Amino acid sequence: MTELSTGARRERVMIPHSRALWKRVTLTREAAVIGMLALVIVVAMNVVPNFDSPLTVTFLLRDLAPILLIALPMTLIIITEEIDLSVASIVALSSVTVGILTRDGAPFELAMVMGVLVGAAAGAINGFLVTVVGLPSLAVTIGSLAMFRGISVGLLGTQAVTDFPDTWTSLARANIPGTPVPAIMVVFVVLAAIFAIVLHATPFGRGLYAIGLNQEAAHFSGVNVARTKFVLFVVSGAVSGFAGVYFTLLYGNARGENATGMELAIIAAVLLGGVSIFGGRGAIHGVIAGVLLIGIIGSALRLAGVTADIINVITGVVLVLSVVGTSFLAWLQRSRASARARGGNQG
Amino acid sequence: MTETLAKTLIPRRRTSLWSIVGPRLLSREAGVGITLILIVVFTTVQNPNFVFSPDGYRDLLLTPSILMLVAVGQAFVIITRNVDLSVGSVVGITAYLTGRLFIDFPGISVVAVFVAGALVGGALGLINGALVAVARVPALVITLGTLYIYRGLNVAWVGSDRVNASDLPLVFRELGTDQILSIPVLTIVGVAVVIAAAWYLRNTRGGREFYAIGSDPGAADLYGLRVNRRIITAFVVCGGLAGVAGVMFAARYGTVSSQAGTGWELQAIGAAVIGGVAISGGVGTVWGAAIGAFLLLTINRALPVIGIPDFWQRAVVGALIIGAIVLDRVLALRQARKLRELRDSAHD
Repeated sequence: MTELSTGARRERVMIPHSRALWKRVTLTREAAVIGMLALVIVVAMNVVPNFDSPLTVTFLLRDLAPILLIALPMTLIIITEEIDLSVASIVALSSVTVGILTRDGAPFELAMVMGVLVGAAAGAINGFLVTVVGLPSLAVTIGSLAMFRGISVGLLGTQAVTDFPDTWTSLARANIPGTPVPAIMVVFVVLAAIFAIVLHATPFGRGLYAIGLNQEAAHFSGVNVARTKFVLFVVSGAVSGFAGVYFTLLYGNARGENATGMELAIIAAVLLGGVSIFGGRGAIHGVIAGVLLIGIIGSALRLAGVTADIINVITGVVLVLSVVGTSFLAWLQRSRASARARGGNQG
Repeated sequence: MTETLAKTLIPRRRTSLWSIVGPRLLSREAGVGITLILIVVFTTVQNPNFVFSPDGYRDLLLTPSILMLVAVGQAFVIITRNVDLSVGSVVGITAYLTGRLFIDFPGISVVAVFVAGALVGGALGLINGALVAVARVPALVITLGTLYIYRGLNVAWVGSDRVNASDLPLVFRELGTDQILSIPVLTIVGVAVVIAAAWYLRNTRGGREFYAIGSDPGAADLYGLRVNRRIITAFVVCGGLAGVAGVMFAARYGTVSSQAGTGWELQAIGAAVIGGVAISGGVGTVWGAAIGAFLLLTINRALPVIGIPDFWQRAVVGALIIGAIVLDRVLALRQARKLRELRDSAHD
């Protein structure tokens, strides 16, 4: 085994055009998730009664909107090999902020802006601890998950604020005229487009992949790792804050326990959508398909009369299978590639 | 240079009292322990019932003993640079299993129920460990999935049913209240487990391998350690201890619904982190995790006594976790600077 032979082997594995273009487009993780999504929708429409009714679409997208929104910054964070477990607690913190300010007579527009700002500030605390103090984001956000939730519950106790201006609550529940699609989807599509462009078509976005693949190499090639990550955590907080405002208006209540456990659903969907927990891999369209896939499976099963606990089991199984499956496929590819390389060396 | 190294690395032959007591007094475990004592003393001065009522005293020892077992199991896993988010669901399953066993097999011995709890918990841990080690997928993802799966299966199994105290035999319920030499039995069980686990991790070859793997999995593998087997062991221990904790939960509270143990994963991780177990692996002791569990739950009980509504409990827990890891980081940086200065002065 000389150095030369390993070099030759690696070259064979990495030949860029060994696969046809159509294969490279269709055989991606993202395409697989989108295909699964299409399959589930077709099956559900034919098998589950009422699944294709406009009302189902409306309720499904309304409930999924906070998850869809927060999944966008979460994708960017996980691509840089960090994680933010505190997002659902920030949703609650923002919701409680809106509730308390409204209860105490502040103008509602101000309350909503403060909800987003409080979210951004909470994200900045996470970002400060991760980038300036240099702590692992898993530990930091487990702590801030408890802390932000605790502050939300502490501020309101068992009380709930349920009195919000009708104009705003009906806006949150409105559909795009003439369609069953909720109006919040406009905001989501705009945000998703911005995130997709930033991630896939700007130096900042390419820097995120570089950080996730090799942080030191990214640093030496001129990516400001600390500032980038700090920005991501602040954006994650701000989007979670916005989702909190929407959540408050949609359900018409502000409580400390709002959105408990939502972080798990978001992370599960992002990972299902093909973002690698090791960083450096993932795409926005895959993540959107991942969120929709989990949401639609749950909604279809609910309509078919399956109870919530079994849906949770299925969510868990889908998550585990998706990561174990990816790991298995990678192993298969590696062993095939090395077999091919061995064959090539002999021939 | 060798002289300086010798001075710093080889312990002085003359042992003073301070050289034995000092480092232990400055350790993380001692720091958390002293904080714990201060909180107990302060709260008791505010309200003597905190300790000096029979219930207060027992509760002070009893409730943390159950979380302590889960935290110790979690410490095993975190030391190998993994994490187990599914422990709360495991506690829930074995707590209900305990009730079912007593209902479906009247006259079953208490020991058999404990063994069953440990076995079922261990089996659930084995699933986690096997998936993590064999599929090479991060534990965070796998156990996030099994958190859902185990809890979902539990809810499907239990439904709206619940185990009531009247379903449990008197011998078993008394375990939750009995005391030997005025120490609750469950606390004695818990402390015995902690002693065994601490001895194993500190003194045996197998125990040290957990630290080696957590410090640098790649190096441990190259060195010839059986990394996969150790990681699976850590998850089995963690699941098994959570299983025992589930049985103790049933003994302590008597009633078990489908939501038993919800959210314990964060409390257990919090306890371990507060006790000095580094989330990045390879550092920490089960002592630390055990004392961390006591500190966490004691603060929870102390808050209402000193006039802070208990709605603020989770905020305090979160602040403690963040404070603990920031402190660790500051100390590590200071240590690194000291070592650098030592090296530079040795070069001169």
